[in-house]
Amino acid sequence: MTEVLTLLSFGPDGWGDEIASGILVTVSLGLATLPFGLVAGFLLALAKNSREPSLRLAAGIYTTIFRGLPELLTLFLVYFGVQIAVKSLAEAMGLGFTIEVNSFVAGMIALTLVFSSYASEAFLSAFRGIPRGQYEGSQALGLNKFLTMRHVVLPQLIRLALPALANLWLILLKETSLVSTIGLADVVRQTGVAARITKEPFLFYGLACLIYLVLAMISSSGIARIERWSKRGEAVR
Amino acid sequence: MRIATLVAAAAMTLAAFGGAEAKDWSKVRIGTEGAYPPFNVLGSDGSLTGFDIDIAKALCEEMKVECEFVTSDWDGIIPALQAGKFDAIIASMSITEERKQKVDFTNKYYNTPPAIAVPKDSKITEATDAALKGMTLGAQSSTTHSNYAEAKLKSAELKLYPTPDEYKLDVANGRIDGVIDDVVVLSDWLATADGSCCKLLGTLTSDPVINGEGAGIAIRKEDQDLKDMFNTAIAAIRANGKYKEVQDKYFAFDVYGGE
Amino acid sequence: MTELSTAIRPPVPPRPWTAARITGHVLMALWIVSFAFLLLYLFNNIGSDFVANYAPKYLSGLVITLQLVVTSVVAGALLSVPVALARNSKNRILSGIAYGYVYFFRGTPLLAQTFLFYYGVGTFREAFETVGLWWFFREAWYCVLLAFALNTAAYQAEILRGAVLNVARGQWEGGQALGLTRNVIFFKIILPQALITALRPYGNEIILMLKGSAIAAIVTIFDLMGETRRAYSRSFDFQAYIWAAVIYLMMVETLRQVWEKLEQRLTRHLVRSE
Repeated sequence: MTEVLTLLSFGPDGWGDEIASGILVTVSLGLATLPFGLVAGFLLALAKNSREPSLRLAAGIYTTIFRGLPELLTLFLVYFGVQIAVKSLAEAMGLGFTIEVNSFVAGMIALTLVFSSYASEAFLSAFRGIPRGQYEGSQALGLNKFLTMRHVVLPQLIRLALPALANLWLILLKETSLVSTIGLADVVRQTGVAARITKEPFLFYGLACLIYLVLAMISSSGIARIERWSKRGEAVR
Repeated sequence: MRIATLVAAAAMTLAAFGGAEAKDWSKVRIGTEGAYPPFNVLGSDGSLTGFDIDIAKALCEEMKVECEFVTSDWDGIIPALQAGKFDAIIASMSITEERKQKVDFTNKYYNTPPAIAVPKDSKITEATDAALKGMTLGAQSSTTHSNYAEAKLKSAELKLYPTPDEYKLDVANGRIDGVIDDVVVLSDWLATADGSCCKLLGTLTSDPVINGEGAGIAIRKEDQDLKDMFNTAIAAIRANGKYKEVQDKYFAFDVYGGE
Repeated sequence: MTELSTAIRPPVPPRPWTAARITGHVLMALWIVSFAFLLLYLFNNIGSDFVANYAPKYLSGLVITLQLVVTSVVAGALLSVPVALARNSKNRILSGIAYGYVYFFRGTPLLAQTFLFYYGVGTFREAFETVGLWWFFREAWYCVLLAFALNTAAYQAEILRGAVLNVARGQWEGGQALGLTRNVIFFKIILPQALITALRPYGNEIILMLKGSAIAAIVTIFDLMGETRRAYSRSFDFQAYIWAAVIYLMMVETLRQVWEKLEQRLTRHLVRSE
């Protein structure tokens, strides 16, 4: 037992500090992806909900691709591919240096691509849940398109899309684990290094699973609060 | 695809502001793996140690440049060099024709043959293709050793692992019947408590086409000036005794091999 | 005749070039250019050494991937039934265990689960050897299969449970009024209706498994992703990943189309005709 505690301690013999930094990486990657994913997902949903067929088709192709590719593959494509693209472009233009796409940024881009595709579906079905009368009502009130979106549609949209988006956040949190394969020191990678060096794979991979469970529980309670907040305008039945 | 164009556009804008600059090598970023004891190891406190690391430090000192180490997974280490994530790979990388198509190498800085290790109670008697028939052999993926097994030990089934640590776990667990790697790496491991499960079955004769001419420093093809700097520095530390000093710290034998 | 109709009908007003229309056209143009490049790239490389060397390996990887997905989804489906029943059970302990199982497998990444089942069980080698189960955990293939099956079983149990609960209570009552036994009501009345609502989530789950199976590559299995990584690490040729992307996308799209057809066919009695 003391042996296990030493392994998990924060000292030089223990892996506590490494794993804690891994948690930080996992959480910050998830949080950094979320806003981009939400905005991109919302724009995609607007495009899919548009009356313009070319816009619908363009958005449809995007979601088909990024929902169809394995997340691991999307990550490798971004990690190696974008870097190659940037480098060859810089070379073609005769520039002496290139921008480095590090594994954190590559992870963020890949996860944003995937998250936004799924989020667009969540937003789209929420759009369809808003009755036409709401739009007609705001027109009658003389609200313009932007104001209608801001004050009438969006508040309802958030409430309707929230359960699906909350689920997507939990999936995103789990998918961040894939970045461990491109060298980013997240929870899975840090516990994996510890497991290999200490030869205690069960302890450390078990710990990794526990950490994700705890993160999921914390998220769930946070989501419950947001849900209550989003329903504040509803009449008590 | 669209994201790629966007990123590229951003890169170009930044480049336009930053201006193109000529390469100056006062600071060199060195890529290494950190999972290949005794050549390069990443400790739990985040420090790098090992023969490769000490040689790299000696070379940097000789070249009077500041060196920064970057760790990378082995199977992505060449793409990472090409992508400019670091400027040189000092990670016991064998100089092979296959790799030379993508990157350039300095002269070798050491040369040791491959070997096979098996569990102590193994029934395998010798390190030959025939003796390994029907056995499962583990190797680190994307290494000359895995290529050797694929080409020369065809009777054995090959399993590939991202780092040596994983095949060590699996051979100790009896999931694989043996492992192939550098003789120094295996001997070092067998001498520790971890390696108590296993013994050295035998050393293999290295094949110059597969195993190359020893471990060198990989450099991007366009950085010929850096390659020359490293070559001069390797010759210098060989001559001034610094190389021997580092070697003696780790090994009781000559790892450089013949001239 | 044509002259007459054009004379009677007012001319169609020209569609204005709104911002949405311009954006849509620009984006579509980008896609078309991208696809043209991709096709050109693939066409140029179809005769390359890379394809000649690695195409058979990709094919064998594809077969492994399909075997892995089919086996784990079927095993998961069988396992999901008792889990779903336990989850709905009135026995607190039973439902608690089932809840914990589902929560664990849905709350943690498949990657971590795979590592746990592959490297983690090695810690207990001696215990498994005593009970004579080590032959099973010795093989990477079985470990991955077990991890995948347990994972998808947790998701499938929730799909099944949700679908059964969705069937109106009146259906149960109606069945009872007809004097049918619980088993008959469940299998002949409730389950067929539940499966129809479950069809779409089941399809999604299979697609998720197909994509998730790429993880097996990380623990020494040469599935499609494993062969892709091996090809890339030997050739450092980026087309390794491009080909893999094309194959995975085609598989997922085909599955999605087939599933949609299936759904249309099975729910055709529910479509109201005008």
